[in-house]
Amino acid sequence: METLITILVGVLVTVAVYLLLSKSLVRVILGTAILSHAVHLLLMTMGGLKKGAVPLLGENAENYADALPQALILTAIVISFAVTSFLLVLAYRTYKETGSDNLAVLRGFEDE
Amino acid sequence: MLTITIAIFIPFLAAIFVPFIYKRVRSRNIGWFVMAVPLTLFIALASFIPSVAGGKTYIHTISWIDSAGINFTTYLDGLSMIFGLLITGVGSLVILYSIYYLSEREALGRFYVYLLMFMGAMLGVIFSDNLMVLYVFWELTSISSFLLIAFWYHRKKSRSGAQKSMIITVSGGVGMLAGFIMLHTLTGSFSVREIIATIGQYTGESLFLPAMMLVLFGAFTKSAQFPFHIWLPDAMEAPTPVSAYLHSATMVKAGIYLVARFTPVFGGEAVWFYTVTGVGIFTLFWGSVNAVRQTDLKALLAYSTISQLGLIMSLFGLGSAALNGGYSADSVIYTQATFAALFHLINHSTFKGALFMVVGIVDHQVGTRDIRRLGGLMSLMPVTFTAAVIGSFSMAGLPPFNGFLSKEMFFESVLIIRNLDIFAMGPLWGSIIPVVAWIASVLTFVYSMIIVFQTFLGKHQPDRLDRKAVEAPVGMLVAPSILATFVVGIFFFPNIIGNYVLRPAMAAVYPPFKGAEGLVPHISAWHGFNAPILMTIGVVVLGALLYFFLRYWRGIYSIAPMRWNLDTVYNGLLLQLEKGSAFLTRTYMTGYLRDYLVYIFIFFIATAGGGLLWAGGFSIDLSNDASVTINEYIIILVMMGASVVILFAKSRITAILLNGVLGYSIAILFVVFRAPDLALTQIIVETVTTALFLLCFYFLPEWSKEKSTLSSKMGRGIIAISVGSVVTVLALVVQGNKMFESVSVYFEDAYELAGGKNIVNTILGDFRAFDTMLEVVVLFIAGIGVFTLIKLKAGKGDKDVEDQ
Amino acid sequence: MKINDVILQTVTKIVVFIILTFGVELFLSGHNNPGGGFIGGLVLSSAFVLLYLVFDIETVRKGIPFDFKKIAAFGALLAVGTGLGSVLFGSAFLTQTASHFNLPVFGETELSTVVLFEAGVALTVVGVVVTIILSISEDV
Repeated sequence: METLITILVGVLVTVAVYLLLSKSLVRVILGTAILSHAVHLLLMTMGGLKKGAVPLLGENAENYADALPQALILTAIVISFAVTSFLLVLAYRTYKETGSDNLAVLRGFEDE
Repeated sequence: MLTITIAIFIPFLAAIFVPFIYKRVRSRNIGWFVMAVPLTLFIALASFIPSVAGGKTYIHTISWIDSAGINFTTYLDGLSMIFGLLITGVGSLVILYSIYYLSEREALGRFYVYLLMFMGAMLGVIFSDNLMVLYVFWELTSISSFLLIAFWYHRKKSRSGAQKSMIITVSGGVGMLAGFIMLHTLTGSFSVREIIATIGQYTGESLFLPAMMLVLFGAFTKSAQFPFHIWLPDAMEAPTPVSAYLHSATMVKAGIYLVARFTPVFGGEAVWFYTVTGVGIFTLFWGSVNAVRQTDLKALLAYSTISQLGLIMSLFGLGSAALNGGYSADSVIYTQATFAALFHLINHSTFKGALFMVVGIVDHQVGTRDIRRLGGLMSLMPVTFTAAVIGSFSMAGLPPFNGFLSKEMFFESVLIIRNLDIFAMGPLWGSIIPVVAWIASVLTFVYSMIIVFQTFLGKHQPDRLDRKAVEAPVGMLVAPSILATFVVGIFFFPNIIGNYVLRPAMAAVYPPFKGAEGLVPHISAWHGFNAPILMTIGVVVLGALLYFFLRYWRGIYSIAPMRWNLDTVYNGLLLQLEKGSAFLTRTYMTGYLRDYLVYIFIFFIATAGGGLLWAGGFSIDLSNDASVTINEYIIILVMMGASVVILFAKSRITAILLNGVLGYSIAILFVVFRAPDLALTQIIVETVTTALFLLCFYFLPEWSKEKSTLSSKMGRGIIAISVGSVVTVLALVVQGNKMFESVSVYFEDAYELAGGKNIVNTILGDFRAFDTMLEVVVLFIAGIGVFTLIKLKAGKGDKDVEDQ
Repeated sequence: MKINDVILQTVTKIVVFIILTFGVELFLSGHNNPGGGFIGGLVLSSAFVLLYLVFDIETVRKGIPFDFKKIAAFGALLAVGTGLGSVLFGSAFLTQTASHFNLPVFGETELSTVVLFEAGVALTVVGVVVTIILSISEDV
C-alpha cells in the first residue's frame, strides 16, 4: 500500500510541477492545488498506513493509527485552502486589471 | 546594585518623554530638561567613587534568556566608572553648550531624542557584563551616531558621512559579535568576568586567535584606528555638539574601552601586544601627519582625534606586556603604560571637548571654520581664545596643562618598552616605537599651534567672514570654560584622579596585580632632567621651527596626489559592490515566475536527488507494506488517470472537475487510512474550493491551448518527471529506513494529558496549539487579503505615486 | 439578480438548519469524536454559502446582519486570546485546562478551555470563507 501511494504521490507531483511551469495563471493555481494533494498523501504515508484503529481513544483498540500526520495534514488542508483562494482572487484581479492571465504577457515577453 | 541597571534605562525613558515635552515647550529650554538627565546620573555615579576606590565592585543581574547564558548583568568597577563619569559629565556639558549653539528653528526634539538614545546605549556598553547585551548596545551606539551625523539630512555630505560611519562601525560590530561567539564557544560563558577568570586554560585553542582579531576589529573600527579611521573626518558633518560628544569624548572611546576590558583576556599574548601597539602607533603618526595639512578646523580636530586615539590605543598595547607571565616586581613597570592610557583618556576628553566647543563657537560667531579666512580673533573673542590656548597647549603636551603629564608618561612608557625582553622584541623594534612616537608628537605640536595661532593671531580679515566677529553669549562659553578649568586643575592635582578614579580602573585591567606595589604611581609634574623631559623639549624646539617654516615644507603634501587615499579605496569598493550586486540581481531576477520555479525545482533535484546519489542511500524496504484491496487499487488508478488527463484537458471545467475527482478520492483514501477527521474536512474543503474555482472561472478567460514549442514542453516535462521521481524515491527510501522511534506514542495518552479522546484534535487544540493558532491567523490574513484585493482598487490617478 | 426557484428555496430553508445543527454538533463533539473547530466552522460556512447561493445577497443580509470580516477577526482574537489567558495564570502560552462539572440539565459535563480556542478557530473559518465567497460574488 505504502509503495503504491508513494508512486501515486510521484505522479501527482509530476503533473503539478508540469502545470506550475506553464504560462497560464489558472494552470499554475491548479498546479498548487494538486501539489498540496500530493503532499497530504505523502505525509499520510510517512506515518504508516492502515496500522491501527481510528485515533479515537473511545475505540479502546490495541493500537491506533498515527495521529500526528493526521493533525499536520488537517492544518495543511486549511492552509492550502487559504492559499488557493488567495491565488485565485489574485489571478482574478490580475485579469480584471490587465486583461491577461498569461504570465509571459504580464512580464512583457512575446511568446517564445 | 539596581541603580546601575536603572541608570542605563533612564536616558531611554527620558528620550520617550522628550517629544511630548517638546510639544509643550517649543523652545531651546527643552535642553534644560534633557541636561538634568546626565547631570543626575553623573552625581549618582560620583557618589560611588569612594566605595569603588576602596576596591568594591557592584553587580546586578536580571534574568533574561537564561538557557542561552544571556542575562542582563550590569557591572560597575573602576574601568566602567571612568567611562561612566566621562559619558555623563561631558554629556551634561555638551547639552548645556547645545542649548545655546543650536538655533530654535532646528528640530530640537529629534536632536535630544537621538542624543539621549546615544547616551543610554553608551552607558549600556560600558556597564554590561554580558557580551551579547554589550553587543546590542554597541550597535545601538552606531545607529544613534548615524542618526546624529545625518541630523542635517538635507545635506548630501551629512548623509554620505553618516552612511560611511554606519557601514564601517557596524561591520566592525558584526565582526566583534563573531568574536564574542567564538569566546563563548571556548569558555562556555558570555560573562566578561567569567571569561577573564577561565580564559587562561584556552589560550592554546585554535579559536583563540580569531576571536582576538575579531574583537580587535570591532574596537579598531569604532575607535577610528588606521585603516578604519576614514569615517571620522566625514562624521564631522554632524552639529558641533555632537562632534564634541560622540567623536571626541565618548563613542570613539568605546573601542578603547573594549580593548581595556579585554586586556585581561587577551593581554600577555604577543599578537595582541604587537597588533594593538603597532596599529595605535601608526594611527598616531598617520593622524598627526594628516592633521597638519587640513584647512578646516573641524577636520583638523578630527585627524587630531584619530591621532590621539592611536596614542591611547598604543599605550594599552604596551601595557598589556605586563600580563605576560603574571605578577612580578619586574613586570609591574609595564603597567605604567596602561596607567598613562587611562590618564590620557580623561585628559583627552577634557581638552578635546573644549577645543571642539571652541571651534563650534568660532564657526557659530563668524560663519566659517576655514583657517585661511580666520585670524586675529584674539582681541575680539578673548574668552574663546583662552579656552583654545588651554586646550591646544594641553594637546601639544605643554605645562601647566594635564596633557603635559600624560604625554610625559607616554614618552616614559615607550622608552621603557625598549627593555622588554619578551615577544622577540629586538633593539630594532624597541627603538622604532619611541622614534615614531616622538615624530608624531612633533607634528601634534605643529597642528596644536595652527589651531591657536592661525585662528586667533595674525591678520584679522573681516571682509572674508560671513558675520562680524563678537564674543559668544555667556551660556555658550560656560561649558568650554569648565572643561578648560579641568585641564588646568588636573595638572595641579593629578593624584586625586590617580587615587580615586585610576586606581580601581587599574585593578580592573590587571586582576592579577590587584593591590600590588607600584601599580598606581604618584604623578608629579617634575622628575628631574630625564629622557622624557628632554624629548618634550625636543618636541617644542623642532615643532616651533616646523611651525614657523610651515609654508616652505607644506608642499610635500602635494607630492602624493589627494586622490591617492583610503577614501578612494572605500568609495571604489562601495561602487563596485553596488554594481556587482545590481548585475547579479539583474541576471537571475527575470521577473518571470517560471524562471523562479525552475530555480527551485532544479535546486531540489540537485540537492535531494544528488544527495541520494552521493550518499548511495537506495535501500528500499517494502516488507512493512500494508496489503491492498481491489477497490483501493481502483481508487488509486482513477486518481493517476485523472491527474494525467488534467494535462490534456481541452476545457478548464474538465480540469477543475478532474481536480475535484482527485480531492474526493483523497477523502476516500483518508477513510481507508482511518482518518475520519481528515475525510470530513477534505470533503468540505474540496467542495468549497471547487465552488471557488467555478466562481472565478466565470470571470476568467477561457483556458486557451498553450502555444509553446516542443523543446520548451520537453524541458518542462523533464523537470516535472525528475522532480516526481526524486520525490518518489526519496519517500520510498525514508519509509524503508526508520531511524527513530515514532513520537506519536506520546499523544496516545491524550486523555490523561489533555482531557480529550480524539487524539488528532487534542494535538491540534492542546499539544500543538501554537501551530493551530498561527494557522488561524494565516487563514485570517488570507481572508483579509482576498477582501482587500477585491475591494480596494487603485484608481488610475494614484498609480504613479512612486515616481513622483 | 433575483433568483426565483421555489423548490430550491423551500428545501434550502429546511436543509440549512440541518446543516447548521450538524455543524454545531461536529464542533462540540470534536474533543472526543471526529469533528472540531475546523470542520464545524467549514460546515457552518457551507450553510451560509448555500443561503447566499439560493437567495440573493441582499435578502440574506437582512436576515443575518453580521459582518463576517468582524467575525473572522473576533475568532482570530479569541484563538490568540485564550493562549494569553493561560499566561495570566502563570502557565506557558496556550496551556489548556479541562475539568468536570455537574451542571443541572446536562449532568456530568466536561468543560475545557479548548472549547474557547476551538470556538475561535471555528469563527475564523466561518468568517473567512464567507468573506471570500461574498467578496468575489459581489464584485461583478
